[in-house]
Amino acid sequence: MKDDNAPLSPALQIYRPQLTSVLSFMHRLTGIALSLGSLLLITWLVAGSMGSSAYDMLLSFLRSWTGLLLLFGWTFALFYHLCNGIRHLCWDAGYGFELKTIYASGWMVVAASLSLSMATWLIGIYAMAGGA
Amino acid sequence: MLIRSPDQVSRSTLLKRFPVPKNAGVDAASRIEQGKVWPAPPGAKNVKRFEIYRYDPDTGENPRIDTYEVDLASCGPMVLDALIKIKNEIDPTLTFRRSCRDGICGSCSMNIDGTNWLACTRFIADTAKRATIYPLNHLRVIKDLVPDLTHLYAQYASIEPWLKTATPAPEREQLQSPEDRKQLDGYYECILCFNCTSGCPSHWWNGDRFLGPAALLQAWRWLADSRDEAKGQRLDDLEDPFRLYRCHTILNCTRTCPKGLNPGKAIAEIKKMIVQQKG
Repeated sequence: MKDDNAPLSPALQIYRPQLTSVLSFMHRLTGIALSLGSLLLITWLVAGSMGSSAYDMLLSFLRSWTGLLLLFGWTFALFYHLCNGIRHLCWDAGYGFELKTIYASGWMVVAASLSLSMATWLIGIYAMAGGA
Repeated sequence: MLIRSPDQVSRSTLLKRFPVPKNAGVDAASRIEQGKVWPAPPGAKNVKRFEIYRYDPDTGENPRIDTYEVDLASCGPMVLDALIKIKNEIDPTLTFRRSCRDGICGSCSMNIDGTNWLACTRFIADTAKRATIYPLNHLRVIKDLVPDLTHLYAQYASIEPWLKTATPAPEREQLQSPEDRKQLDGYYECILCFNCTSGCPSHWWNGDRFLGPAALLQAWRWLADSRDEAKGQRLDDLEDPFRLYRCHTILNCTRTCPKGLNPGKAIAEIKKMIVQQKG
């Protein structure tokens, strides 16, 4: 029985967000964020080659709160994608499929990527303050 | 929250639903409207509210959410008991599938409080204050909580779920060692309720070609069978960017299986077997 007028039951609109789906969507989103972030690297190189005024403009943007927030976001995206990528490699090898393990490794990825991003920034701030 | 077994209901979730507009990408005929409230009879002692998806193909009206107030003082403990009570005592037009009321037949699979489960094995006590009940996700609705499963059964049939042998049939039954038989544990128990497939985001978006967790778990059940002699052909049929590889290991399937099976692991085993056969 196929009735094209029949309504489609709701899915994404009503399905409860769970660690499984949320982390998977985040893996996609951080992947997209990282490819956009790689454009920033190019912008940085181009601005550098264009001379000091262009370079200073870019730096002043990156040092603004918006810029810093974006940079921190990219740091987190990098570590999240890395950690969750390792989780995916384990799955591809056939390990870690018990529900308990899925949840434990998921929360581990969240904790690890948050602490690695924080650590990177703390080290960066410390080096800049100390090294300047 | 650490989930240890799929029957565990998560009590704390930041979001009850994803922050997407209610009608984003929803065609006009599928938009859900506000239905009516069926109040509890006077003198009801322990009133519980159920918000239930309703759709009547005969009226031509859009689906709606009706709210039923049920007196739990005179109701069995399971969600299915509440549905049957509503049908018997409040609104006989409420339509849903049910048969065994014991988690064996897989008929009463539906979306309860945002996740898929069997209505007969979900305690009312484990549901939200205002419990929401929808049909299985992303399927054409025949009526109320009855979705059209034709496509999902066709996908199941496409993996050819039967024993295939080339050698002539033996005089008596084909024997299996206890170890070989053990390989089927966790896979043969599937009751085809399709909670997993209809809870799989990848199947929502590519369900026309991606086989989905239920059919793929069954595919692995036959690949894992020591008596089956069609492994190569089965793997060739599965090796396809859509049929198998649209599984992105989201694992909503393993989270929602009411029999505690592991479609996510079954799919990983298929992918691994393809690599090993080619390597």
